[in-house]
Amino acid sequence: MAEVTGTGRVKRGMAEMLKGGVIMDVVNAEQAKIAEDAGAVAVMALERVPADIRAQGGVARMSDPDMIEKIQASVSIPVMAKARIGHFVEAQVLQSLNVDYIDESEVLTPSDYENHIDKWNFTVPFVCGATNLGEALRRINEGAAMIRSKGEAGTGDVSNAMMHMRKIGGEIRRLSSLREDELYVAAKELQAPYALVKEVAETGKLPVVLFTAGGIATPADAALMMAMGADGVFIGSGIFKSGNPAQRAAACVKATTFWDDPKVVADASRGLGEAMVGINVADLPAPHRLSERGW
Amino acid sequence: MKVGVLALQGDFREHLNALIACGVDVFPVRHNEELAVADALIIPGGESTTIAHLAQTFGIFDAIKFRISSGMPAYGSCAGMILLADEILDATKDQKTFGGLDIVVRRNAFGRQVDSFETEIEFRDGFPEPLRAVFIRAPWVEQVGPKVEVLATVKSHPVAVRSRTLLATSFHPELTGDHRIHQYFVDQVARPALKKVQ
Repeated sequence: MAEVTGTGRVKRGMAEMLKGGVIMDVVNAEQAKIAEDAGAVAVMALERVPADIRAQGGVARMSDPDMIEKIQASVSIPVMAKARIGHFVEAQVLQSLNVDYIDESEVLTPSDYENHIDKWNFTVPFVCGATNLGEALRRINEGAAMIRSKGEAGTGDVSNAMMHMRKIGGEIRRLSSLREDELYVAAKELQAPYALVKEVAETGKLPVVLFTAGGIATPADAALMMAMGADGVFIGSGIFKSGNPAQRAAACVKATTFWDDPKVVADASRGLGEAMVGINVADLPAPHRLSERGW
Repeated sequence: MKVGVLALQGDFREHLNALIACGVDVFPVRHNEELAVADALIIPGGESTTIAHLAQTFGIFDAIKFRISSGMPAYGSCAGMILLADEILDATKDQKTFGGLDIVVRRNAFGRQVDSFETEIEFRDGFPEPLRAVFIRAPWVEQVGPKVEVLATVKSHPVAVRSRTLLATSFHPELTGDHRIHQYFVDQVARPALKKVQ
């Protein structure tokens, strides 16, 4: 019997294996090793963490293939990488490098302000950000095999991640409460395909794994996101922009597994040193808010 | 019989659901107290380095190793297979396993995620219909000891193996809705093994 690669089950299944885990942003092989040793389930290879992208400004693009390959060679856990929204050639490049997952990410500068990548054409799976259920379902309709709530990357302020998780969760619960004949209008309002809306209404959850991202900086932040129904957590700037990355990374891994045990979260939070400094999302001028990118 | 599913990281919920569908009394295991009341254990798919790391950090690693070596039936899929193997060919620094199964595994043997695949396999122990198997960055078995039986192969590499008390698969039956492997573990591995102990 023939072996088939790139099926929906294989792409979505990969994300199932990451559940209950922490995916960490790393900019070099040393950081990738620290993340792996701390118990990360995967690393996101990128040239600048979101906090630096914010600080330095300019156009943020796909990372240098050499840097991605060095990270792949240094760890055995999956390596993800980011492509700009709509930049299908960056995605083709990343697929040719055999990255394990592509993040079509609002953290990079979008290349297309109308269309996202047609992700069905790829063997490699994609994760995409979403701030609400309609956006999540549009990404899934384009072939995303995993969703992450967006939050506001590079701030260390968890409030937007919280808002997006509440929004997605609330909209799913609302769908489940509707009569079947009300789902057509619900699909219109969500600007999402009816078939996906119906599936979510029936199952009470997204058809793919839902992680959370953006502004998570402490073990308690990670545990909060798990308590809000996330399947796992992306931590970007929060780890390697802090005082003691190895310890903070291990602490966030612990708190993600035992999110429902405040004693474990308390122990994990002890003596971590300085957290990343952080920016209040409210202080960011609107054009600098990354989570508003994506359509 | 009460079956525990190691619930530190990975797709433990899918294993819990598969066992519920088999009509088994099942619960998640994160602490020693839960392990103590489990008659058998499932080690799910996930990241083997992360699961081993968490098991060591939270002091359950040695207890699992001891229970398995004392004859507790266990089944591991993918990462779980790696964690049941006595030896990993390409282990990361200090990577430990619970062990118990006399096999040598190669991690990510089929390649990276773009090489992940599904296919139909013949399961040699009494399944009349072929099995749809999902392989995700999967390991394969490089060598088997004398008391280990090979139950299925892909490209002549063993992908399902068993000993008297332990079962391991490179693939993820918990993702397909076909519960025959879980039923096989319960009826053909765990129950007979527990009967002998009593």
